[in-house]
Amino acid sequence: MAKLSSLVQHIEAFVDVSRPANQQTVSIDAVASLLKNDLLTIETLVKEMEMYLTTTDNIIRARGILLLGEVLTCLTENPLGNATVHSLIRFFTDRLADWQALHGALLGCLALLRRKSDAGMVTGSDARALAESYVKNLQVQSLGQHDRQMCFELLECLLSGYPNDVASLGDVLVYGICEAIDGEKDPRCLMVTFHLVEILAQVFPDPSGPLAHYAADSFEILSSYFPVHFTHPKSDDLYVKRDDLSKALMLAFSSTPFYEPFAIPLLLEKLSSSLPSAKVDSLKYLSSCASKYGVDRMEKHSREIWLALKDTIFTLSSENVLSVVSESPDAMGFQENEVVKEGLICLHHIILQNSNLFINLIVEDEDVEVIFRSVTSCRSYNDITVEDRKKLYMLGRILSVSAQVSSSSCSRIFQTFFLRLMDILGVPLDGSFLLSEKLNSGALYLCIELLAACKNLVLDSQEYASKSFSLEDTCCSLLRNVSAALTDALSSILVLRMDQGVSEDIYSGVKGLQYLATFPGFLPISKPLFENILAIFMSIITSGNERALLWKLSLKALVQIGTFIEKYHDSEKGLGYMNIVIEKFIELICTDDSVMSFRLKLEAITDIGSTGKDFMLRITQGMEEAISTNFYEACIKENLKAVEILLPLLECYSSKVLPWFQNTGDFEKVVLNFAINIWNQIENILTVSTCFQKKDLLDATMMAMSLAVGMCSEENQAMIVQKAYNVLSLVTSLPLNESLPLSAPINVEGLEHSQYLYSFSSVDEWLISLFASVIMAVRPQTEIPNVKLILKLFVSVLLRGLVPAAQALGSMINKLPVKLNSTEGSSTCTLEEAMDIIFEANLWSLSVNDPLRKCNIMDRNKVGITNLFLNIYENVTVPTQAIVGLAWIGKGLLMRGHEKVKEITMLFLRCLLSSGKIRIFPVQQDSLGDCNGPDIDPFVMRSAADAFHVLLGDSEVCLNRRCHATIRPLYKQHFFSIMMPILLSSVAESDSSTSRHFLYRAFAHVISGSPVIAVLAEAKKLIAVILDALSTLSVDVMDKDLIYSLILTLSAILTDENERDAVTENAHIIIDRLIGLTSYSHKMLVRETAIQCLTALCGLPYVRIYPMRTQVLRAILKALDDPKRIVRQEAVRCRQAWESISSRSLQF
Amino acid sequence: MYYLFLMIIFKSVLCDNTNSLFHFFFCSQEKIERRPRKAPSDIDGYAVEPIHQQEIFELVDIKDPEHPYSLEELKVITQDAIEVDGNRVLITFTPTVEHCSMATVIGLCIKTKLMRSLPSRYKVDIRLAPGSHATEAAVNKQLNDKERVVAALENPNLLRMVEECLAPTYI
Repeated sequence: MAKLSSLVQHIEAFVDVSRPANQQTVSIDAVASLLKNDLLTIETLVKEMEMYLTTTDNIIRARGILLLGEVLTCLTENPLGNATVHSLIRFFTDRLADWQALHGALLGCLALLRRKSDAGMVTGSDARALAESYVKNLQVQSLGQHDRQMCFELLECLLSGYPNDVASLGDVLVYGICEAIDGEKDPRCLMVTFHLVEILAQVFPDPSGPLAHYAADSFEILSSYFPVHFTHPKSDDLYVKRDDLSKALMLAFSSTPFYEPFAIPLLLEKLSSSLPSAKVDSLKYLSSCASKYGVDRMEKHSREIWLALKDTIFTLSSENVLSVVSESPDAMGFQENEVVKEGLICLHHIILQNSNLFINLIVEDEDVEVIFRSVTSCRSYNDITVEDRKKLYMLGRILSVSAQVSSSSCSRIFQTFFLRLMDILGVPLDGSFLLSEKLNSGALYLCIELLAACKNLVLDSQEYASKSFSLEDTCCSLLRNVSAALTDALSSILVLRMDQGVSEDIYSGVKGLQYLATFPGFLPISKPLFENILAIFMSIITSGNERALLWKLSLKALVQIGTFIEKYHDSEKGLGYMNIVIEKFIELICTDDSVMSFRLKLEAITDIGSTGKDFMLRITQGMEEAISTNFYEACIKENLKAVEILLPLLECYSSKVLPWFQNTGDFEKVVLNFAINIWNQIENILTVSTCFQKKDLLDATMMAMSLAVGMCSEENQAMIVQKAYNVLSLVTSLPLNESLPLSAPINVEGLEHSQYLYSFSSVDEWLISLFASVIMAVRPQTEIPNVKLILKLFVSVLLRGLVPAAQALGSMINKLPVKLNSTEGSSTCTLEEAMDIIFEANLWSLSVNDPLRKCNIMDRNKVGITNLFLNIYENVTVPTQAIVGLAWIGKGLLMRGHEKVKEITMLFLRCLLSSGKIRIFPVQQDSLGDCNGPDIDPFVMRSAADAFHVLLGDSEVCLNRRCHATIRPLYKQHFFSIMMPILLSSVAESDSSTSRHFLYRAFAHVISGSPVIAVLAEAKKLIAVILDALSTLSVDVMDKDLIYSLILTLSAILTDENERDAVTENAHIIIDRLIGLTSYSHKMLVRETAIQCLTALCGLPYVRIYPMRTQVLRAILKALDDPKRIVRQEAVRCRQAWESISSRSLQF
Repeated sequence: MYYLFLMIIFKSVLCDNTNSLFHFFFCSQEKIERRPRKAPSDIDGYAVEPIHQQEIFELVDIKDPEHPYSLEELKVITQDAIEVDGNRVLITFTPTVEHCSMATVIGLCIKTKLMRSLPSRYKVDIRLAPGSHATEAAVNKQLNDKERVVAALENPNLLRMVEECLAPTYI
């Protein structure tokens, strides 16, 4: 009973119009959930609501019926008994007559009609009754928008759900629908209406049926919407776009062939409208209607359609045909405008439908004939008038579209036009071409268009074996006959007009040859002819005139031919291509001729190679040979020329070839070969005593090497590492020989070879750098032989200033495992052990009698670092390099999220603070004695500050994704949040100016390296320090890039909404500092950004900024006279903003 | 007619300075978006780029007081009509019609804009193209009289009109 009483409450709440809307929705939901949970049946509800549904009070009755309708809408999934559905639909059907309560009735009908069959549906007879009632009672046109839309949806449901039952109503229904949709204007309703007509056509397909009877009337209603003119603003709640409407209307137009007598004349008439969108629509509708109405019905219109299309295409061809050959050689021709494009598509559809008839129309058309004659009458392209050029292109497009439809149409067009063109060009059907005079440009163009069409047709028919294309077709036999002579003719253009030809002719010539070469295997050109074409292109390429259009086009054509061969797996042509093009190119690379610049050759060869895998493999092979030969030349004989060749080769290898392989996959072998090959080369060279000096060559080799290694799998990487290690151990001056204990506890004394530290030749530098580049790129799991020894080697060479060694060390530390598997050999080591080696090896201690050695037993790690630090007073360069090394090691640790990075950063901090006479290690003060106190050299401090750049910067060379680094998520944020408080307090504590300068430098590095989000979160604390840093750093020119990154960070803070309060608080000092920077003479970007920041500050509360106004304006006045234009422009903007603070107020 | 009106305003403004009091009570809340942008390569950071004709022409991108078009679109000012000679800039503009009542306002806008945008060492002269306006000489005299220009800009109505014309250039 309780339920029932709540039900009554809900019903009352809904029926009462004065209640707020949200309360009413709540009641609907409550009632619906009662029904869903079977706590209430529909019957009970109806009984309970009886009074509301039958009362004579219109408003209450309407609300009652609406409630029932809304509840049913919520229940579409719940099963209902047939009897219930029947009685409900009868009720709603009756209520359609009750215009005051119509809304609820429509809603209820729709909800019931949309039910799925498994939940109880409306029966056919009920649907019929509903339709009858609909036709009898509803005056759709007089209803409101929402009700109209529901009415149409109701009809849509009836027609699509119960076509047979409703169809029996016949004329009455069709008439009713026509009446309902007449004059509809709302786009949402129209969408439904158009769809309604479409369904109607399916319901009454009978040619003597009611729709056929009312075709004229219904089309008249529809036709008034064409062409759709819909200017409703885009962003609104209607969600209907012009294109949707137009498409729906098109489907309605083409829904039934009965519309044919009315639609086609209308469309043809609108085609001659001046509105481009109307033309485009007409053409689209025409294509769609033609295919729906059928051949027979369309036949009688074909003549008019052809005339209209011809007219549209010829008169509307684009205005800017003058730029026929655009800069990019692939886009021949003109910008086809929308109408012409649509016109050609329409032509294609219509020819496809009735090809014989239409081809006849085209072939026999007088205009076509006239145009054909006029455009082929001029010899040179330049003689053709602009008007004729347009016609020429359009004729070409029409012919090519018609020829592409089917093999019969192709043959027909070829028979009619191609023969004549051959005749005009002077190409005999049999025999060879004898060049007499200049070729006819117009004829040439048309000929090429036809060739392209024929080629596409053949390719299409091959692809979808649906259309059979026989060898015996006229056009093919024709082509076979003329191909040799045509090739000669085309190549004669290219050869003769190499320098001064009309670009259109050259274009046609190249394209023609390309099309001939890309006909599928059997047709129509022979193998020697194909090779001949390739040879022609190659001769153009080797002439090396890269500026000329011809050269570019030829390269493009070769690339196209290569792509074609790869796509259609044409092995015979592939062979020819390989022999003629690829081999020739490889020869070009290997030999040295001055016709083409070497970089150009490389560019061309990689373009060609990227067309297919086999080609690329061969090319890589050739490149490797070239690298080998030149490597030897460059390193042994110090041949400068060889270096000049080698450099671009290696660069090309790393920038083009390797990425290509990475994209295509399956590259392991090639890449492995490359890496091993280089090491072989090095090994060979080592036997001869030699001098490596080329730094840039080393860089290029390292880059290629690290890229190649990075791409390999673990096994292959292990092979490369092993190979490299073997080569490395050949060099006796390096500590990799057996005399050193490998796995025994580290013998500190054994490593103190000052002699090898200093006998470090350029060969060693090469070897170690290259080895380092391999180590940087390996995957974490890759096995590295003798890790400990390698670590020691790197540690030792690091002090020679070899940064790659430091980077490799960082990479190793980043990737070493924390725990060893028992299966692994003794040659690997854990991170812990590696750290021990680095820190305790004592390599940084240059004075043998270091008192700290004794402390080793206590705490090895700590003392290791201490050692490093304490002994750096001896020599300035060594500690600087040690710090660089430590920075990279620290980066490796930081990226994997290891704790020890803290110790390293603390060391840097101590370096920075030291000149302030701060006791560094108070604990060990006693043992250190006289070591305390002395100032650290500024160079050391500087490198300590820059170490933060290494720590937080993204390196291109190592420790990135490509090099398979272990990267802990958010490691920068983490580091930032730990370091920032320490740095801030250090800055506050430091009392020496040098120290503070370098602290600010470190601070700037940390700020600019960290993600902006992290910085913004701390902005309140940072603003003041950033400003101080800006003023401190702006003294030194060297810091200009840091200044720029700082001011960018500052500008991010200034524009962040959340930081507004902090900025407002500090407005005074910020503006002061920015004003200072507007005259920063060392970097234009700093000045520009400073002024932009000032402009942004204008948005702060008036009270805060007004006092600063004169000061800012004075500074800006100076900036107006800045040497740089961009700064002046910003200054103008800024001045306006600040001036307006006062002048705006004048308006009040 | 407008010319006369202007003359009256020019004079009346001299004794009407009460508006300046409002300076202190209102503020503008114009917010200008800014994001760190990728810098173009700063090849020679110290090279001086002198102010030339085109730069000044870009500055004079002013809306016409009567139309929603810019002066450039209406061909009132062309780039060739700007002469830069040392610290002197001479701008010749052509009103759309001979009796254009807005010629003075247009001239005032150009002058204001350039005074605000060019370094103070520049002297800006504005004149009508010879034969392009009925009261050419009078307008020229008015535009190049420093005191009159300053006085005109003190007038709130006139200043508002000028600001409206200059506004679109600062978006």
